[in-house]
Amino acid sequence: MAYYAKSKGQRVVDWSVHYGLLACYLFFALFPLFWLFKVAVTPTKLLYSEGIRMWPSEMTWTNFTQVMTDTDFPQFFINSAIVSGSTAFISTLIAAAAGYSFSRFHYRGKAVIIVLMLVTQMFPLVMLIAPIFRILTPLGLTDSLLGLVVVYTAFNVPFATFLMQSFFDGIPKDLEEAAMIDGNTRFGALVKIIFPLTLPGIAATLGFVFTAAWSELLFALMLVSSPDAVTFPVGLLTFVSKFSVDFGQMMAAGFLALIPAAIFFFLIQRYLVQGLTAGAVKG
Amino acid sequence: MTAATDLGTHPASRQGVTSRRFLSRFEPYFYAAPAIVLLVTVMMVPLVVGLTYTVRDIRILNPFSGGYVGFAHFEAIWHDQNFHNALYNTFWWTVSSLFFQFFLGLTLALLLNRTFPGRRIIQSLVFLPWAVPAFLSGLNWAWMFNPVISPLPQWLFTLGILSEPTNILSDPDLAMWGPIIANIWFGIPFFAITLLAALQSIPGEIYEAASIDGASRKQQFVSITLPFLAPTIAITLMLRTIWIANFADLIIVMTNGGPADSTQIVSSYIFTQAFRRLDFGYASAIAAVLLVLLMAYAVSIIFIRRSLLRET
Repeated sequence: MAYYAKSKGQRVVDWSVHYGLLACYLFFALFPLFWLFKVAVTPTKLLYSEGIRMWPSEMTWTNFTQVMTDTDFPQFFINSAIVSGSTAFISTLIAAAAGYSFSRFHYRGKAVIIVLMLVTQMFPLVMLIAPIFRILTPLGLTDSLLGLVVVYTAFNVPFATFLMQSFFDGIPKDLEEAAMIDGNTRFGALVKIIFPLTLPGIAATLGFVFTAAWSELLFALMLVSSPDAVTFPVGLLTFVSKFSVDFGQMMAAGFLALIPAAIFFFLIQRYLVQGLTAGAVKG
Repeated sequence: MTAATDLGTHPASRQGVTSRRFLSRFEPYFYAAPAIVLLVTVMMVPLVVGLTYTVRDIRILNPFSGGYVGFAHFEAIWHDQNFHNALYNTFWWTVSSLFFQFFLGLTLALLLNRTFPGRRIIQSLVFLPWAVPAFLSGLNWAWMFNPVISPLPQWLFTLGILSEPTNILSDPDLAMWGPIIANIWFGIPFFAITLLAALQSIPGEIYEAASIDGASRKQQFVSITLPFLAPTIAITLMLRTIWIANFADLIIVMTNGGPADSTQIVSSYIFTQAFRRLDFGYASAIAAVLLVLLMAYAVSIIFIRRSLLRET
């Protein structure tokens, strides 16, 4: 923009500061994750003697193999994958429908629904722990993955709806109107014309909800007690209190927990900025 | 079975124009219905039920509980020193987390709002902490502050920030900074992402016109960038305040409220009451107090924003 007015020397200083600051951010963001990995690949006998060395003198994968073979973590991992995957899929479907209706129709009660959704973002979810526990118990939904999916879907639908709405707002109305003139129903036009165009938005929403469900701890801790339905966060937390000595295995388990969320996030973060930009343009 | 399929294949010829008009009138509601049903049953009904708990004695393992106790819980809260302490901690936890998250996030968004080699990969990497599950961030940072397995306390000591390379999480005076730093690490990307999105929606021509008119970069920032960002800043600051005040995961994982309740915030206190003491009545009453405080905050922010808008 205004940079061409400057001398070469000034520009060099300018870009050095720019990259220097970004390097600080990178260090702050990545060092804790690097350390997680470093401790996970450190052999137990070197854990304390080389506790603050940047890289251990010997490297090992045994922590990872032990977590996978000697603990319940593979089961927790599968539970978490089922819960997060189903939550992401169902929430995105529901949110896409609601977001589409917000974007394309004017109808009575719409403002009320939007306010309702905003309010749900405000109140402390801890407040819902007790009533939800009481309501789900007679339905047999405590101690089950299905119960977690229902609760997580409800928590994630409001934000996902606003996100989907902003993606639909970015697609011209003329497209489906043209298809409807050609004899399609609105739903037909939605599936055939609009759906392919919102794929990036759907990917962003899926990823966002997946990460949120993958991380949820408090409700998983409250609603589930039997080992078959324990999710990763709860498993890791009980691991901490039970075997507080084995840092290497904990870090290895933690690093494994990070992978699915990180992969999803890498895929979606560009679309997330795009989606929010579309919303911001609309005002 | 066959009758149903017949109906399905020729709906228009059998039902005619009226039903199509009926359909198109109610179409928006069909799309929104699943979301509404879910929110009402899983969030609104429990909220109302939770509010009724505040005047009842609800203890999960006690079969004799369930009676009406009036405002006894609220009276107890009024005299509960632990609650006062938690309220005070909530204030500092929220204000300091938000302050650093916002300014560091804004700076990052401004840095990323330029084209430069390596931008895409740097952006993905600096946003990564947001993808880290909160419980894992908590565990990870708890390890980072342990002087035996992490160099961080030693570095803080060398920099003169700590007087001794000890674990700040076990020092009641400093423990709150542990979860706050973890929260800053975790929350910078949120502000950076939303503010970057807002920055990218500012039309480039405005800057071009301003620089032709001879406006300096500082002037451009104050008179173009900030006013454009203001609506996003207002809404994200308000939402984040509420989210951070409610956000107990990091504290529960890192310190569990200790040492000596020095990191207990209201939402972790609610969790302790509900989960460890199984006293859901009291927990719900505290949650209701928190809800009222946060609503008052949100309403006053909206009110201030309105009156500011009216003045300009």
